[in-house]
Amino acid sequence: MLGFAQLFASRLVKAAAILIAIVVMNFFLVHAAPGDPAMVMAGEAGAADEKFVTQLREQFGLDRPLYEQLGTYVGKVVQGDLGFSYRQQRPVWDILAERLPATLVLTLTAFILALAAGVALGTLAAVAVGTWADSAITVVALLAYATPIYWIGLMLSLLFSIQLGWLPAFGYETIGAGYTGLAHVADVAVHLILPVITLALFYMAGYARLTRASMLEVRSLDFVKTAKAKGLTQSRIVTRHILRNAILPVITVAGIQAGQLVGGSILIETVFAWPGIGRLAFEAVLQRDYQVLLGIFLVTSIMVILFNILTDILYGLVDPRIQVSQ
Amino acid sequence: MTRRLSGIPARLQRGFTRGFHRAAAAGLLAAALAIPGTAALIAAPAMAQETPVRGGVLNSIVQPEPPTLMLGLNQQGPTQTVAGKIYQGLLTYDRKLTPMPSLAESWTVSPDGLTYTFKLFQNVKWHDGKPFSAADVVFSTSKFLMEVHPRARAVFSRCESIKALDDHTVEFKLKEPFPAFIQAFEVSSAPIVPAHIYEGSDYRTNPANTTPIGTGPFKLKEWVKGSYIQLVRNEDYYKKDLPYLDGITFRVIPDAASRSLALESGQVQQTQYSDLEPFEVPRMKTLPNVTLTTQGYEFVAPMAWLEINHRVKPLDDKRFRKAIAYAIDRKFIRDKIWFGLGRVPTGPINSVVKFYDPKVTTYEPSPEKAKALLDEMGLKPDAKGVRATVKLMPMPYGETWTRLGEYLKQALGKVGVAVVLESTDAAGWAQRVANWDYEITTNFLYQYGDPALGVARTYISSNIRKGVLFTNTMGYSNPKVDELFDQASRENDPAKRQEQYSEVQRILSDDLPVVWLLEMEFPTFLDKRVKNANTTAIGVNDTYESVWLAK
Repeated sequence: MLGFAQLFASRLVKAAAILIAIVVMNFFLVHAAPGDPAMVMAGEAGAADEKFVTQLREQFGLDRPLYEQLGTYVGKVVQGDLGFSYRQQRPVWDILAERLPATLVLTLTAFILALAAGVALGTLAAVAVGTWADSAITVVALLAYATPIYWIGLMLSLLFSIQLGWLPAFGYETIGAGYTGLAHVADVAVHLILPVITLALFYMAGYARLTRASMLEVRSLDFVKTAKAKGLTQSRIVTRHILRNAILPVITVAGIQAGQLVGGSILIETVFAWPGIGRLAFEAVLQRDYQVLLGIFLVTSIMVILFNILTDILYGLVDPRIQVSQ
Repeated sequence: MTRRLSGIPARLQRGFTRGFHRAAAAGLLAAALAIPGTAALIAAPAMAQETPVRGGVLNSIVQPEPPTLMLGLNQQGPTQTVAGKIYQGLLTYDRKLTPMPSLAESWTVSPDGLTYTFKLFQNVKWHDGKPFSAADVVFSTSKFLMEVHPRARAVFSRCESIKALDDHTVEFKLKEPFPAFIQAFEVSSAPIVPAHIYEGSDYRTNPANTTPIGTGPFKLKEWVKGSYIQLVRNEDYYKKDLPYLDGITFRVIPDAASRSLALESGQVQQTQYSDLEPFEVPRMKTLPNVTLTTQGYEFVAPMAWLEINHRVKPLDDKRFRKAIAYAIDRKFIRDKIWFGLGRVPTGPINSVVKFYDPKVTTYEPSPEKAKALLDEMGLKPDAKGVRATVKLMPMPYGETWTRLGEYLKQALGKVGVAVVLESTDAAGWAQRVANWDYEITTNFLYQYGDPALGVARTYISSNIRKGVLFTNTMGYSNPKVDELFDQASRENDPAKRQEQYSEVQRILSDDLPVVWLLEMEFPTFLDKRVKNANTTAIGVNDTYESVWLAK
């Protein structure tokens, strides 16, 4: 257990170093794009004069040299201050804190659903390989994987919101309803259904295909034959022997994807008007809202690092042969 | 059907029942349409002379989400639509751009055109309960807007003095006549802000910016960033019994397809400006629950054009620009790219703006004339049929502009002008256009009811200013044009003004500093239950004090 704590600590130290590097790199990347927020705001207002643009630049600190801006920014980040949004006139922390829960609810629900359904379907297909059930699952998975995510979203809301009127087409909650407690949870849950299904379908397809392929591979290995020869039940062979070994590549991929879920949620959040940070990131790029964008990069980097550590730990739990080491 | 299922949110229940109603309604409608004549019977009556009823919430769209609702600090389109219900100007304008009362009850202009006196409504209160007075108007126009509002700064810097004669009278004295002055008091051009909150503070960082305090019929209740903006009735509004609505909710819906679904499903009752892409319009027009109007944009009067950098050869030659004008079919652009929204322009002034004159050189599509002009310039086709190559950077403001870029590439290609399309995003576009780093781009500007306010700025040499967007970025310069625009802006006699503007239109339509493409119209879709909306030249940006919802 001590080794485990040590590992965790050393990983965190490395992570901190990586984060600083990420902050600096992102800073330059973001400033490399042509145009600045003052210009964007002038463009949107439909009118500008020198004074207007100069005032904005001064206010945003954009008139100072780039290295000076970087110094100020890194200095603040180290102290836990992510800066101030030019556009929204609010601290970046406040904006992120407001938007992050919506994204986490959406992506984590979708992720868990995708993983559970994907592994289940993949297992089913592998067990029933060659039958109609296998073909059906494979075809559905292929379709879900190949269809653009926003199109699925639009079609689902066309069917369930416009035609049937069962589910809200967009938004996070019913505006002005003032629900509290359980009623609020139920309200958000209803709004979650379509975006979660849309996002989950894509990832589910991947996990299903991966699980199926991996299980078919493991199934032909010697230890499975041994298990069969010992006279174990089919279900025990599938769950204890095949799936446990076959799931490792799925965990690897899922670990990587968990970190990327925010990226995948940009489209979903746009189609379903979901007030999360995926969309915020997209808008921040277009508006050159540097500080907000950098803040999102930082938060998502932290998420990726955390998920990587989690994945490593999970490996050890699923397969004790994999040693937790440096 | 009305029984409440415990545990299921009301929203979902309504969804279920509405599904049935919708199916039933659709069936009825189909039956009605099958019998000739009945459809008209259903649609026509009952509209006329209904008495307004109080209550109800209007759901609309706001897109993109505004950075702030403090209208003095930001005049982006969506800010105007929302904040136009919170803040007010002294005047509003009818469809013919005639001034109408808003915060000012009445006004007089002295015969020499130098003194404008406004009588303000009594009993007006700010949303925080403090009384509104002439001092607020003086502060807003002489200090606040002069500091933060580029358009207002250009107008009010023409004032010699701005004084409060008493609590409800304001007098503007101009240095020289400027007849366009009376068009400058609309809410986004000169929003009146509370002096007691802003006087002496740093306007841009004033904490009150997040909780706008205006005089308008609606107050901000809640703004959930990324989600919605909720306005509620101002119970202390100075016009008795107004507004009729309990509130207006603006939803942030970033995806264009989702916005049309929202209108289609009745979740919003209004869309405006570029909420819907023009290619959605033909389909939405056929919906039974909504009506389409293109009115309400007379004040902004947008004009789209091909902006041409005169510093690049051969674009500096007016024969080349004329060849471009002859090579493209602007009726095609209007009908096939904008799906019939808009009018084909004749010259620099939009036909709904004052002093428009149609008697100018016009350019009917004619590839032959285009080729003849290019021949005359000595631009002969090479082996591939290419006479010249130009770079076109379409405006990154939605798919329609991209399609326009593709059409222009084809049309110009046919007369031997090869077009290389360049793509940018909004920030990059603004940067490059402002710094003259482009060859041809598409652009549109608002004209604000008077050539002196929204037209001259594009063509006068004094407005060639590097790094500043929406100036004379083409680098066009003609002393005669400068002189005429200058004289006309100071001319009190409307007949003489008309002469000057007519001449300037004749010169410009021959010089062709830009190639005018479209007098744009935006589609406003309104649910049929929404009454009295969009009645002025300010359209959806007006206060909506007398809008009501039929039950």
